[in-house]
Amino acid sequence: MTVTKRIIPCLDVREGKVVKSVRFVDTKDVGDAIELATRYERAGADELVFLDINASHEKRRTMVEFASTVADRLFIPFTVGGGINSADLAGEILRVGADKVAVNSAAVRDPRLITDIAGRYGSQAAVLSVDARRTGDHGWEVVLDGGRVPTGMDTIAWVREAVARGAGEVLLNSIDRDGTKEGFDLALTNAVASAVDVPVIASGGASSAADFVDLFHKTGADAGLAASIFHYGELTVGGVKDALAAAGIPVRPPERAFA
Amino acid sequence: MREPSIAIVDYGVGNLASVRKAFVAVGARAELVRDPAALRDATAIVLPGVGNFGYCSREFHRYGFSPALRRARERDVPILGICVGMQLLFEGSEEDHGEPGLGFLAGKVVKMENVPRLPQIGWNALGPAGAHPWLRGVRDGDHFYFVHSYVPEPASPREVLGTVEYGGTRCAIAGGENLLGVQFHPEKSGANGLRLLSAFVGATMRQTVPS
Repeated sequence: MTVTKRIIPCLDVREGKVVKSVRFVDTKDVGDAIELATRYERAGADELVFLDINASHEKRRTMVEFASTVADRLFIPFTVGGGINSADLAGEILRVGADKVAVNSAAVRDPRLITDIAGRYGSQAAVLSVDARRTGDHGWEVVLDGGRVPTGMDTIAWVREAVARGAGEVLLNSIDRDGTKEGFDLALTNAVASAVDVPVIASGGASSAADFVDLFHKTGADAGLAASIFHYGELTVGGVKDALAAAGIPVRPPERAFA
Repeated sequence: MREPSIAIVDYGVGNLASVRKAFVAVGARAELVRDPAALRDATAIVLPGVGNFGYCSREFHRYGFSPALRRARERDVPILGICVGMQLLFEGSEEDHGEPGLGFLAGKVVKMENVPRLPQIGWNALGPAGAHPWLRGVRDGDHFYFVHSYVPEPASPREVLGTVEYGGTRCAIAGGENLLGVQFHPEKSGANGLRLLSAFVGATMRQTVPS
C-alpha cells in the first residue's frame, strides 16, 4: 500500500452558499455549503476545497468565519481559496481550522506571498492554485479571473517558481476543460506533475468515473477535483472510488462510522 | 476540584483550533493552554504542531513549555503528540540540527528518501497497530490523513506502535506508557481519527476522574 489517490469535491462559495460555475460564468445556487460539505464527508470525500469566487475586501471577515464554521463540523482536511492576498489573512483562515490556503492571482502579482505563507505556516499549508490555458503548440499560459486576464507567464515555469518558494501542493485547473465535461487535461497534468515533486491536484473537465481512472492511469496526478458533477449528483464520490478500486488504483475505502 | 480537562499545548503554532474542535466533537473538555504553569492541573496533554520542526521547537521552548512537559512526563501525565508534536517527543530532527526535541522517545526525525512525492499528503493505511490502550479502536488497514516530509526513526523497535508504507516502511505511531505520538492528523482523519481521540479521552479521563 501507499498513499491513496484523493477525490476532492470543490465547492465554489459565495456568502456561504455553493454556486456552480461553467467556465466561470453563470452561477446557480445549489445549497448551503456546510450542509453539502458534511454530506461529502459522509460520502467518502478525501478532502474538500472551498473557493470563494467573489471575495472582496468586505468579504474577508466572512471567509474567516466561514472557515471556522466548516472546521466545527468537518473532520477531514479542507483548503480555502479565493481572494487570499496576504499572509495575515492566510494565517487567520488557518488558525480557525482550515488546513491549507490556496493562492492564485495575488501570488502572480506578488510571488512573495507564497514565500511568506510557506515561511510562516509551512509548505503543507501553502497551495498554489493555477489556471492554465493552452497557447498554440507552445505550452500553457497562466491566466487569471477564470481566463479573462492573460499573464503571458508559462505555467510550467510559474509552478516551478512557486514550489521553489515553498508551495507544498499544486491545484491545477485547465481553463480549456473547465465546465466542458471532456475529461481532465492529461497533457497539462502530466507536464506539471513531472515538473515538480509536490503533489498535484488536477481540476477541470471531469464528467465520469472513467475520467478519474484515466487521470490516475495516464498522469502523475495525486488527486482529482470536480465540482458540478458531484453537486448535481451526476457522479458520486463512492462511485468514482469503486471504479478506481476496480481499475487497481489505491483509494481510501469507506470508513467505519464513529458512533 | 477542577473538572478534568485535556490541555492542548498552545505555543502559537499549527492547527490548534482543529485539534480542540475534534476533542469537542468526541465530547471531551479541551482547552488551549498558553501558560506552561497551567499544565500542572492538566489531566492529559496534547502536543500539536505542523510545519517546520525547527520553528516549532524554537517556539515551544520560547514559550517555556519544555520544563513543564518534562515535569508532566515525570508525573506520568498522559501525553499525545500529533505530527510535529510527535516529532518533538524525539531527540531531534534532521530538519534543524540545532534544535533539540524533548527526548521522551529515543531516536531522531529524518527526511523521507526515495518517495514518490514530498511532502506525503493524503490518506494512507496503517499496518497492524501495537498494543497500547489508546489504540484499542484502531484496526489493521485503517486509513489516516498524513501531511509530512520528515518522519521519526525510533531507536527502539518496541516503541514503534504503527507503520505506514510510503517509499518504504515508515513509523506512523510511537510511544510507551502514558505516551503516544502519531505522525498523521487524527483531528482530520474522519471517523478513524475521532475514534482514536475518543479512546485517548476515555483511557486518560477514567484514570483521574475519581480523585
